[in-house]
Order: sequence, then structure tokens, then C-alpha cells
Amino acid sequence: MYLCIVLLPLLGALFSGLLGRWIGSKGSCILTTFCVLLSGVFSGIAFFEVGLSGTIIHLILESWIESGLLIIKWGFLFDTVTVTMLIVITWISTLVHIYSISYMETDPHRPRFMCYLCVFTFFMLMLVTADNLLQMFLGWEGVGLASYLLINFWYTRLGANQSAIKALVVNRIGDFGLSLGIFSVFCIFKSLDYSIIFSTVPFFDNYCFKFLGFNCDGISLIGFFLFIGAMGKSAQLGLHTWLPDAMEGPTPVSALIHAATMVTAGVFLMIRFSPLLEFSTFLLSVLVIFGSLTAFFAGMTGIFQNDLKKVIAYSTCSQLGYMVFSCGMSCYEVSLFHLTNHAFFKALLFLSAGSVIHAVNNEQDMRRMGSLVNFLPMTYSLMLIGSLALTGFPFLTGFYSKDFILELTHSTSFCNLDLLYSSLALWLGSISVLFTSFYSFRLIYLTFLNSNNSNRIILSNIHESPWLMSLPLILLAIGSLFFGFIAYDLFIGLGTDFWKGAIFVLPNHNFYIEAENLPIFIKWLPFLVSILGIFLASLVNITYIYKFFLLKWYKISFFWVYLINKKWFFDTLYNRLFVYPILNFGYLTSFKALDRGFIELAGPFGLSNLISKWSSLIFRIQTGQMTHYIFYIIVSVCIFSIIYIYKHILLVKTLHLLIFYFFLVFFI
Amino acid sequence: MTILFNYMNISIFLFLVSILGIFINQKNILVMLMSLEMMFLSVNFNLIAASIHLDDISGQIFSLLILTVAASESSIGLAILVIYYRIRSTITVELMNLMKG
Repeated sequence: MYLCIVLLPLLGALFSGLLGRWIGSKGSCILTTFCVLLSGVFSGIAFFEVGLSGTIIHLILESWIESGLLIIKWGFLFDTVTVTMLIVITWISTLVHIYSISYMETDPHRPRFMCYLCVFTFFMLMLVTADNLLQMFLGWEGVGLASYLLINFWYTRLGANQSAIKALVVNRIGDFGLSLGIFSVFCIFKSLDYSIIFSTVPFFDNYCFKFLGFNCDGISLIGFFLFIGAMGKSAQLGLHTWLPDAMEGPTPVSALIHAATMVTAGVFLMIRFSPLLEFSTFLLSVLVIFGSLTAFFAGMTGIFQNDLKKVIAYSTCSQLGYMVFSCGMSCYEVSLFHLTNHAFFKALLFLSAGSVIHAVNNEQDMRRMGSLVNFLPMTYSLMLIGSLALTGFPFLTGFYSKDFILELTHSTSFCNLDLLYSSLALWLGSISVLFTSFYSFRLIYLTFLNSNNSNRIILSNIHESPWLMSLPLILLAIGSLFFGFIAYDLFIGLGTDFWKGAIFVLPNHNFYIEAENLPIFIKWLPFLVSILGIFLASLVNITYIYKFFLLKWYKISFFWVYLINKKWFFDTLYNRLFVYPILNFGYLTSFKALDRGFIELAGPFGLSNLISKWSSLIFRIQTGQMTHYIFYIIVSVCIFSIIYIYKHILLVKTLHLLIFYFFLVFFI
Repeated sequence: MTILFNYMNISIFLFLVSILGIFINQKNILVMLMSLEMMFLSVNFNLIAASIHLDDISGQIFSLLILTVAASESSIGLAILVIYYRIRSTITVELMNLMKG
């Protein structure tokens, strides 16, 4: 059963991809959905057995690579972290499969789409169930590949191609970091098995080696490389630019990959490596800094985005920032809990957005929507549930994880534990709560409540989604309403023994009890801030007061709005600083000046050119005049006799000849 | 000794003059052939002088052989010249330029 969880999606993908022509569009939909559904049921049972009954399963199959010290076996580890991820992946994936049966109904390539979705699910399951780093890397690269294929699903669109390439390349930067991390893990621990690495980490505490004259801390180095990998996959600040562009793919793809599962792989990696990260305070600080900056940046950028899906994409990015800085504060359980909850409400938000887009004839710009609440009451209520859960409205799912993360940042500033930068996370996290509620409700207002801006033809054709699209939405809404409350005590309740060693936290990094005893005002603070955000959004959208501000301080507001709308010019900066110089270097320097230039000139082209030039020179000496021939005979007899006499002076060495030749190459 | 040097000086002078005769002459192929003959003569003269000085007969034998070679060579050369003249009806050196490289 445990292997079936992983292999069933592969089976579905193979059947749908290879035999899609024969089993047909509907057949492949039913087959893949059934496979993923069965996998979801099995992972539910696995959650019961592993998580609730406490039997950790570790399956070891055939050996994969055996070479000296490097022994890697196909192994599947089902501990509590894995089964939690399994629940998220398979359930969300099942719902997205069901959703996309209807969403992609008129698409001619539906079997291919279902195959890719299944492939993605399989690789994601490989990633989370692996018991060694290499197998994890297989899944890691596989989800990158599946992401490429899915973003590029409508491959005739230029935008989709560009976004897919961008996603793959930016992810590959992170993957390079991750592979360096794997190499350094093997270099230090001489093994890639999680069990061996995690049990021997304390022995390598303060393990240093010299590199370029610097003393590198081994654990920090490994963690840093792994974090670069997580940065690429989880779209942390710096390598986040691919995520908003990945919205070019179909909406179920955005829901599955860029909201619920793939982007959480980086956070999963951090959670999985908690026994290693705990021994490096440097790395925890890095996580906090990057996570909080990402949360802040993405929250701020989400405010002035006008694309319905991009707003949600930035909200994803922001929530990933929350997860990462909560990892940095050694609250891996909370991070994983937030990951699970976030998967539910973010998938809900994305799929509802897909439903809206579907209803208004594939229009994604929020400025051309409005007053859809009269036409799509059910989608509106579902999206409202998603948004409230996202803003951390009390007793919805987001409340239990997100507010607890913020309380944890507070608790570090109230106690004297040695966690640096937690006040940074505190401030940036609290401000991003404001941003989150602001853009969520801006989205609600612009799409559903403000007066309508679209044309009459679209409005006459507007309709609620069919039941196959509504059913997953309703299930996800139930998840976003109740999952946090149900799972709160199990996941992060005080003294829960759910995790059973899958997550390791050093005793002096543990401050849950402090977080439970915060002043009451601080416990209220996230709620108050998010209410403030909702209030501001209402104020701006109902009274149009912002137009007054825009006109009054035109220049200043123009600058800020422009800066935020253009995503802080990250893309422009990256293009100017990295992409174009590297492209230019690749074409002008590496290709034109070196490969086709110097090497060609010193090599085949220059040599042949030189010989032909010389031969034509000698050719011209033979004029046909007999007197000239006589002249040459006599003169050369003289010259050669002189050379023979003075040969000890005129002896030319081979090296000089070569240099002379290279000199000549450039002038002939 | 000085007598030998005088002889040799004369022969070398004669050789150089004949070389110049070939070298400078641009027009007439007959002059070139004559210069060639003069070259043979100077070499013969040199050989004979050396043979007298060294009291060795082989130099004179060589000179006799060279005389016969020179005679045959000049006869063959003149024969070629005659045939050339019969075809081209000119013996100007400048016009012998068909053998370009």
C-alpha cells in the first residue's frame, strides 16, 4: 500500500501519456483521477497508521548506486512529516484533477494535461517519501521538469514558453545550490541517508575546514547550500522572479504547483533537515532574514497587481516567506502546519480564481471585472472563505497557523533566548499581515463588489461553474474552514507527541510555552492588523479616497505605485545586471570573440588562410622570364652560402618560428 | 705562389665577368651561350693552373673532359636554339616567357 501511494500516479501518468490516444480524453481523465484518488485514500490510511498510531514505516528496496562509500538504495521513509505532506499532495492533487476534468474540457490535449499533472504528483511524492538525498533530488528535479511541462502546456503561446524557461532556469540555479549541498553532505558525512546524516550531526558540530583561507563551518555550509535550493523552489526573495510569471500556465496548474505543492518543497526540505539546521545559528538567522523579507516584499507587491492570478501568486510567495522564517525560528511544526493549511486555502483561492476566469471568458485583469457577486454568488462565498482564511480571520484555518507564527516572533522578543533577528521577522511579518488582508480584500472588491467594468457580451454569457469544478471548491472550502481547528492540537498543540522525532529542535531553541503566555494585546495584534487592512481596502474601494491622494501627491504616489506595480523592478534589475550581460558574454565574447574568433584564427581558418596567402606570394615569383630565374638562382646560391657560413648566428629556433607564425596569422 | 694567385685571379675575374654577362644581358640568347662557354673556359683555366701548381695530372684530365662536355653542350644548345628560331623566328630572351608559375 505504501509503495502504491507513490507508484499509482506514475501508473496513471504512463497510461494517460502513452495510451491517451487509445483510451481517449474522458478515459484518461477518469483513469488518472482514479489513480490519484486511490493514492489519496491510501495516504489517508498512511496518515492514520503513521501519524496517529505511531508506526513509522521505512521501506528499503533494491540498491541503486553502489560505489565505494557511496551506497544508495531505493528507500521510502514514511514518518510523520512525510505523511503530512502526503495528505497535502495527494488530496490537493486529487481535487485539482477533478477540477481540471471540467476546466480543460474543451482543450484538445486533455490526456497530455492529465498525464503531466500525474507526473507532477508522482515526482512530488518521490520527493517527500525519499529516505536519502539523491532520491529526494530525483523528485526535486522531476517536479521542476513537470512544472516546465505544465507552464508550457499551451506551447504555442510565446509567453508560456518564456515563463516556462524562466521557471526552469531560475529553479536550476537553486538546484545547483542543492546539488552542491548534496556533494558537501557526502563530503562531510560520507553518506546520503537521512538516518545516518541526522544521527551523526552532533559529532560534526563545529566541524571546520579551510576554503580559500576562510574557516568554513561545515554544518552552516551544507545548510546554506540546501537553503539556496529551497530559495529557488520556494521562491524566496532573490530567486522569486519565476513564480509570478509561472501564472502563464492553466489555472489548475497554478493551484497545484505554484500554490499548494511544488513551492512547498523548499520549506519541506528545511523541515526535513531540521536536525541539521538546528546546529547552525547562522543559518537560522539567514532563514529568518530571507523569509521575513520575502513575506514583506511579496505582500507589498501584491497590493498593486492587477492580474487576478498574480495577486494570489504574490500572496503565495508571501506565505512561503512566513513558513521559512518560522523554520528559521526553529518552529518547524508550525511551519509545516502553516504549509498544510496554506495548501488548502491557497488551492481554494486559485481554483476559485480559475472559476471566475472561466466565467468571464478568460479575462484575468481585475480592472475589467466587478460586481460578479450578483452573477457568481457561490464562487464569491468560496473566495471569501479563502481570503478570510488567508488573512487569518479567527477560527478559520489561517488563524491557527499564521497567528501562531506571529505570536512566536513576539515571544522571542519577550524572552532572552539567543535567537537573533526575530524582531525583524516580527515587524515585517506584522506589516505583511496588513498587506495580506489589504490585497485579499482589494481582490474581493475589484472582482466581486465594485461596479462592473466588463462589456455586455461577457456579462450575458456569465455562468457558475459546472459541478465538477464546484465540488473540489466546496471540499477545499470545508478544509479551509475546519482543518486548522481539527488539526491544531495534533500538530502544534502544547506537548504534542505527533512528530516523534521527525522534527528535531534543540531545547534552547524551544519557546512554545513563552508563546502561550504572551500579553493579551499581542495575541490580539495580528487580528487587529488584518482588520485594519480589511478596513483600509474597504475605505479605498468604497469611497475612492485614493484618487484624492493620487492627485494631491501625484509625484510621490506615482513613484511608489509604479515601483510596487513593477515588482520593485526586480526583473528589470536582474535583466540589466545578470541576464543581458551573461547573454552578451555568451554570444559576443564566448562565441564570437573566442570560439569563432581567436581559436578559429589561430586554428584551421588562420592556418589555411596563411598557407594560401604564402603560396600565392611564391606563385608570383615565377614570372616566366628566364632572366628572373637566373637572378633567383644566383642570388639564392649567394644567400644560402652566406647562411651556411654564418649558421651559428642565424639559427632560428622552433619556438621563434611558432611565435612568428602566430604573429603572421593576424596580419595576413 | 704569386703566379698561381695571378692565374686564379684571372680565372675568377673571367668567371665573374661571364656571370655578369648572363645576369645583365636581357636581349640576346647568343650572348648568354657565349658567357656560358666563357664560364667553362675560366673553370678549365683554374683547373689547369691548380694542376700545374700541385704537380698533379688529374686536373688536366678533368679540363680535357670538361672541354669535350663543353663542346657537346654548346652544340646541343645551338641545336635547340636553331630549332627554337625555326619555330618562333626570334631568339630574344625577353619573349621566352611562356613558362609562368
